[in-house]
Amino acid sequence: MYFDLTDEQRAIKSTAHDFLASRFKSERVREIAASDDGFDESGWKEMAELGWAGLALPEEWGGQGLGIVELAVLFEEMGYVCAPSPLLSNTIAGLALTFAGSDAQKERWLQPLAAGELRGAPALVDAGAPAEPNKFTLAAESDGDVGVLNGEKTLVMDAASADFFLVATADGHRHIVEKGAEGVTVIPEESIDLTRRLSTVRLDGVRVAPENTLPGSTEDYWPVFQRACVAIAAESTGVAQRALDFSVEYAKDRQQFGRPIGAYQAVSHRCAQMLLETENSRSAVYGAAWAADAEPESLALAASTAKAYASDAGWRVPDAAIQTHGGIGFTWEHDLHFFLKRGRANAATFGDAKWHRERVAEAVLSGETAPAAA
Amino acid sequence: MDLTLSPSEEEFRDEVRTWLEENHPGPEPEAGLDEVMSFRREWQRQLHDAGWAGISWPKEYGGRGSTMIEQAIFAGEATRQEAPPPANVLGLAMGGPVVIAHGSEEQKARYLEPILTGEEIWCQGFSEPESGSDLASLKTRAVKDGDEWVVTGQKVWTTFAQYAKWCMLVARTDPDAPKHQGLTYFLMDMEQEGVQTRPLVQITGEGEFNEVFFEEARVPDANVVGGVGNGWSVAITTLMNERAGLAFGAISQIQNSLGRLSKLARETPSNGSTAAEDPYFRQRIAQLHIEVETMRLNAYRGLTKTMQSGIPGPEGSLGKWQWADINQDLTELALEIEGAYSTLMRGSDHAVAGGAWQYSFLRSRANSIEGGTTDILKNIIAERVLGLPRLR
Repeated sequence: MYFDLTDEQRAIKSTAHDFLASRFKSERVREIAASDDGFDESGWKEMAELGWAGLALPEEWGGQGLGIVELAVLFEEMGYVCAPSPLLSNTIAGLALTFAGSDAQKERWLQPLAAGELRGAPALVDAGAPAEPNKFTLAAESDGDVGVLNGEKTLVMDAASADFFLVATADGHRHIVEKGAEGVTVIPEESIDLTRRLSTVRLDGVRVAPENTLPGSTEDYWPVFQRACVAIAAESTGVAQRALDFSVEYAKDRQQFGRPIGAYQAVSHRCAQMLLETENSRSAVYGAAWAADAEPESLALAASTAKAYASDAGWRVPDAAIQTHGGIGFTWEHDLHFFLKRGRANAATFGDAKWHRERVAEAVLSGETAPAAA
Repeated sequence: MDLTLSPSEEEFRDEVRTWLEENHPGPEPEAGLDEVMSFRREWQRQLHDAGWAGISWPKEYGGRGSTMIEQAIFAGEATRQEAPPPANVLGLAMGGPVVIAHGSEEQKARYLEPILTGEEIWCQGFSEPESGSDLASLKTRAVKDGDEWVVTGQKVWTTFAQYAKWCMLVARTDPDAPKHQGLTYFLMDMEQEGVQTRPLVQITGEGEFNEVFFEEARVPDANVVGGVGNGWSVAITTLMNERAGLAFGAISQIQNSLGRLSKLARETPSNGSTAAEDPYFRQRIAQLHIEVETMRLNAYRGLTKTMQSGIPGPEGSLGKWQWADINQDLTELALEIEGAYSTLMRGSDHAVAGGAWQYSFLRSRANSIEGGTTDILKNIIAERVLGLPRLR
């Protein structure tokens, strides 16, 4: 029993922390947020050089072969600076290829993706349909042995910087569709989180060659989805930690009625609540990340536990931070709104808290949960 | 990172599990407190004979010298199997550790063995009617008279004082010193004329707590622990031990309650089906499960940290706060599931689950007060974990 990061994991954390702190200072994040496509090419190149594009992807296909704990460590730090980067969508596309792709597809797509040379993004949510995880309505039509896609995928992350999409269809398959393919139109949406842009991808008679359909089916994507939940929950934990740090610093500094506001219990108790939620979120995330690496049979429940908790904490903690800051916290000038928006967007992505709580309820109420180890 | 038990820890768990399965006496009698206490004394003797009393105590003092993880395993397993608590909980969790840490050799020789056997029950005389959270302001006076101290004052919320032989008493020995410095920690013999106890009836209708009145009660100089004027720091050790020692048993207890809550939901009709099928109750039960899980994982993170640094940190306050919140939410939800029938108590024919949840609901109101109020815990977290300025 040892529930803490190892020295190697700590080294990843501090490298990531220092790199991200220097690359994503407030001015730079704002610059990227205000840009047309929200993509930071130079930042991506540096991350790729650090091996982050393939951090948790197999060594065999050019990845670092590290675990989900290491991935969680990295995403917690990404959240801490609200990094505008396609790393999350790219990682999920890489995991999908890992779990459900053929060797030929891995060689053609996963290898360059893990090296950061090609970027992939999942295209999952059918426009207008409820965004229920792993459930899709887009029909995979066929013309001989060629697949034909007609429809709209929306809430697609990082479409501007993606080279290819993994498009999900009702039969449970994913299809590799290059952004430049005929019939593909990317329509940027106005996302609440300017540091992670969402788009609609329109597919008009897009033809998919058989070698571009992944052999895996619905069941193969649950492990991908669960790992994605851990990564985004880790990011929300970093978001919460940053909002807490902003608040503690401000509460020590800001004087009203002749005292720092942090001396008043209305403020200090709110900060204590923020700490509780941040620490709970972190524990749940690391518990789930550990399960992904060491005890996959308990991952489904652990991932839903982490995603449900971090969904709430990821925006409630920044929300409490805004209240702690008073008027200045409500201004565009202060960075807090970026964190509130990232946390809020994360809460609604990959299953919201309600969806994940229902998964937990299924497990608990059927009486299936094993008693804890100790 | 490794959330599994090592082979030797697993072996320890199996040993504990088997021993408890074969030996624990089943549920406590549904009778008065006197019967319950003698049942618990018997159980403690059994624990002691098998070497399970004082598992955290060093071997040289009659304990088992177990690691913190083993303590956690034992507490978790005992609670999971719903083994009764030993009679002398306060002596084992606080009195003994304080004597071991601060006591003289004579005191160790005199007091430790009967704590382990349960022969002598201990109680804690800290809180007073006018000194609750601000414990250091306490007024009970101890005045030197030859080689004795004469104690006058009143204590309150004294659990099991009516059964106790010894009281861990903090009294003011120097009224002129700053409030934290004028205190001394005594071991007071409860069996004397100057000590009167009166049960305090709680909102549950029971008298688990007492008021204790000292009217020129006597305590020999030899019963000072840790030196005159050092009562505050000795008392703080007691409280730290209390918090660290109770965490894992408390988590297993909540897991048990959560299991019972799920059962209640499955058995209670709601909206033409059962509460377990009602989306609203499903969401709330799941949220409780999620919070219990985060509490359990936090406790393991804390344990890992404590094992590296050697001392429990102020982060332990988070766990106690969270435990109180969850336990209260859980019992509130149980009453909500019972609906109109939640109005019936133990003894009614139509009470659900024998009225168990009504009792738990009422008893859990104390969770955010006993052992450090949630309000004070938030202050501790704000000041000592977050480094926010002090109000005072």
